[in-house]
Amino acid sequence: MSEPRLVEVRQKILKQNDLLARELRRRFRDAGVFVVSLVSSPGAGKTRLLETLLGRLATEHRVAALVGDLATENDAERLGRSGAPVRQIVTGTVCHLDASMVERALEGWALTDLDFLFIENVGNLVCPSSYDLGEDLRLVFMSVTEGEDKPRKYPTIFNSADVAVITKIDLASAVEFDADAAHASIEAVRPGMEVFSLSARSGAGVSELIARIERGREQRRPAGAAV
Amino acid sequence: MHELSIAVTLIEIAEGEAARIGGKVTALHVQIGALAGVVKDALLFSYDVASADTALAGTRLIVEEVPVTVYCARCACEYSLASPQPLVCPVCGGGTPDVRRGRELQLQALEIES
Repeated sequence: MSEPRLVEVRQKILKQNDLLARELRRRFRDAGVFVVSLVSSPGAGKTRLLETLLGRLATEHRVAALVGDLATENDAERLGRSGAPVRQIVTGTVCHLDASMVERALEGWALTDLDFLFIENVGNLVCPSSYDLGEDLRLVFMSVTEGEDKPRKYPTIFNSADVAVITKIDLASAVEFDADAAHASIEAVRPGMEVFSLSARSGAGVSELIARIERGREQRRPAGAAV
Repeated sequence: MHELSIAVTLIEIAEGEAARIGGKVTALHVQIGALAGVVKDALLFSYDVASADTALAGTRLIVEEVPVTVYCARCACEYSLASPQPLVCPVCGGGTPDVRRGRELQLQALEIES
C-alpha cells in the first residue's frame, strides 16, 4: 500500500450558502430593497419590535418580513396584523435560517415592490452567526433581563452583526440593569459597534433605530438612482 | 446543533472531491476559526455520526483551530489573540475590530491513498 498523499482542497464548507447569499445580496441591491435581519436569544423582543417597525415604516415605505421559527406560524400571524406582507419560515428542527430558506420563502414576491425587507432569524445566539442571509444590516438584540455580560458569552454572534440593540429598557430599573456594563461588554467583543437602546412597549428609542435603518438604505442607494 | 448539518455538508464536499481526484480518502483536514461559530468537539462527534453510512465511514477528521488575528491600526501590526474577547490589542490595549483571521470554516485537504 502506497503512502497516503495530501491533496489540497481549500474550500469553504459553507461555500454553498455564501454563494447563495451573495446572489441574494445582488438581487436585493438590483431591486432596491434594503434588507435587515434580526438575531437574538429567544424572548429578547425581536417580534415585538418588528411589529412596531413594520407599523411605523409602512406609513412611508413599502415593507415586508420573513420570520423563522422551528414551529408554529404565530409570529407571521402576529406581524401580518400590521398589514405588511409577512411569511413564516418553519424550519422544523433546524436552529437557524440559511440563504436557501430565504430564497425559497421569497418566491412569488416582486422585490422591486419593496423598500425594506426584515428577516427575523430563529431565536438563537449561536448558530445563526455562521449563515449569511444576503442582508444589508444585521441587528443583534439583547434585553435588559439577560445580563450585562451577554455579549462576552456570545462573541461570535456579536462579531457577525453590525448593530447591537438593547431591548425592554422600560424594565431596566426593575432588574437593576447596568447600562454602562452592557456597553462595556459590547465594546469588548466588537470595538466600535453601534448600540441602540429602546423599548418597543413604551416607544422610547425606537425613532433612533428607524432613522439608522432609513439611513442605511439611503447610503446604499447608488448616486442618481430614483427614489 | 448545527455542527451536524456542517458535518453533512463537509462530507458532501469531500465525497465530491474524492470522486474527482480518484483514490480512497483516509482523512480530512479542516480549519475552524475561533470566530467561525463551530465547536471542534461537536464537529468531531457529528462527523462520526454523519459519516457512518457513507463512503467516508472510518475516515479521520483532523481539525486545525485558528485563533483570532487582529490588525491594530495604532500599532500598525497584526496580533494573534488567545481569545475572541476582549478584542483588544495585546500591546496598546485599544479596541481592535479589524479581524484578519479567525472566521475560517474550511476543508483544507484530503489524505488520499491510491
